[in-house]
Amino acid sequence: MGERPEVFYEVSTERLDVVERPLSAWERLYDNGAVRKSALLVMLAATWELYARWLGNPLLVPTFSATVRALFASVASGALPQAAVYTISMLLEGYVAGLAIAALLTAFATGTRIGADLLETLTAMFNPLPSIALLPLALVWFGLGAGSVIFVLIHAVLWAVALNTFAGFRSVSPTWKMVGQNYGLSRTAYIARILIPGAFPSILTGLKVGWAFAWRTLIAAELVFGVSSGSGGLGWFIFERKNQLLIADVFAGLLTVILFGLAVENLIFKTIETRTVRRWGMQV
Amino acid sequence: MDTVPLLSVEGVTLRYKTKDHLVTATYRVSFNLFRSDRFVVLGPSGCGKSTLLKAVGGYIPPTEGRIRLGAAEVTSPGPDRVFVFQEFDQLLPWKTVRENIVFALTASGKLPRPQAEERAMHYIAKVNLTEFASSYPHTLSGGMKQRVAIARAMAMEPQILLMDEPFAALDALTRAKMQEELLQLWDETKFTVLFVTHSIPEAIRVGNRILLMSAHPGQVRAEVNSAGADAARIHEILFGEKRQGTGDHG
Repeated sequence: MGERPEVFYEVSTERLDVVERPLSAWERLYDNGAVRKSALLVMLAATWELYARWLGNPLLVPTFSATVRALFASVASGALPQAAVYTISMLLEGYVAGLAIAALLTAFATGTRIGADLLETLTAMFNPLPSIALLPLALVWFGLGAGSVIFVLIHAVLWAVALNTFAGFRSVSPTWKMVGQNYGLSRTAYIARILIPGAFPSILTGLKVGWAFAWRTLIAAELVFGVSSGSGGLGWFIFERKNQLLIADVFAGLLTVILFGLAVENLIFKTIETRTVRRWGMQV
Repeated sequence: MDTVPLLSVEGVTLRYKTKDHLVTATYRVSFNLFRSDRFVVLGPSGCGKSTLLKAVGGYIPPTEGRIRLGAAEVTSPGPDRVFVFQEFDQLLPWKTVRENIVFALTASGKLPRPQAEERAMHYIAKVNLTEFASSYPHTLSGGMKQRVAIARAMAMEPQILLMDEPFAALDALTRAKMQEELLQLWDETKFTVLFVTHSIPEAIRVGNRILLMSAHPGQVRAEVNSAGADAARIHEILFGEKRQGTGDHG
């Protein structure tokens, strides 16, 4: 093959129409997830309103506007806030108790091999068991009221959190563990400053799953068994209004359950996530 | 040069268990390290050099022989021997560059927080990363991460730095640059380092003294000075044969 010629080009942007230009207002708006989702919500509400009007049977499906009116009325009368406060304080009690037991169990599992075996066996047994299935038994043991609810809530939270935390501890990079040992950390400092942050993505997943389980379990317990009868709660609120055929109020109660779920997921857990695992690049 | 070795490794045999084997990683390895040595352990993969370094670090107890740092026997990991690993993930991702170094200094009880901050910034400047002091590790390149790890280890001002192929995962250009920077840092502070590598050119460039090891199990073939050493001769000692061709990566 002969000598290949070398080639040189002139670079020019003369006929290029865009090197860099700002996006139009519409493009920016459409790129915003919150805007897109809000638009979808508005459309869903409109569909609901139209369908309910076309159906014309408020005992089956009240209109969106009637539901919103019922929601405001219930909030104004104080019945709904009271029920919500009751449910959430109950939830927090069960959640915190569940976390505390999960922490103890995980500590035991991390420290000893028999503890690890115990945790794995217990989790394998109880994790597939829906908490609500334990409620009849809990009612026998603790009677109608807060005790039974707390018991099933602990069951809902405990296994998800313990399992994820322990799995997280196990998957902490061996290099970080060696780094931790290199500085001569004490046992507790090693857990607090290497293991927990190193396993934080898993721990956070456990907290989220545990919270979701607890929330569903609690509403179901209040609703189906009327466990908290007399003292209230969101599930009870829904149950009671259904008995009185106040269907718009039932919808308002359901809406409240959804709103609380969304708020905790998007405000609390999202914030924790952006401030920790995302900022650290441990989760994208 | 001092006559008393800083680190003495005497007849060290190391064994570890895998799922179904008991493996002898090194067999009766002995060498002495003096203050301000850049001591390189060089050998092919499987010669137990990383295991040897972990034993010096105190992570693995020897089954035979002794490792002594000064007068004291090495029994557990400690901040007087600080590791720089090959892995980029040796920085704690939940801490910024500066916090990683401050954490090392305060967690080991070496310095109280204000002085630790000061010293951290001093060593960050030494590796030219001042503007990245508040960055999280995942935003840095591989070479920058290794520089932070070196800064963190140096800030501890340990008796010995233990470096386990710290540049092996870097591209060739960055690696050459890092080797040069390491030598500059040595010129400034005259630290003592035990450096493990499988690259002959790297061993010659970085070290002043080279321990050559054979594989399966690791045994000492020779201990040579790197001044004036040439790669072909070292290759011959390591493998007991003349080298074919000239290709090797540095």
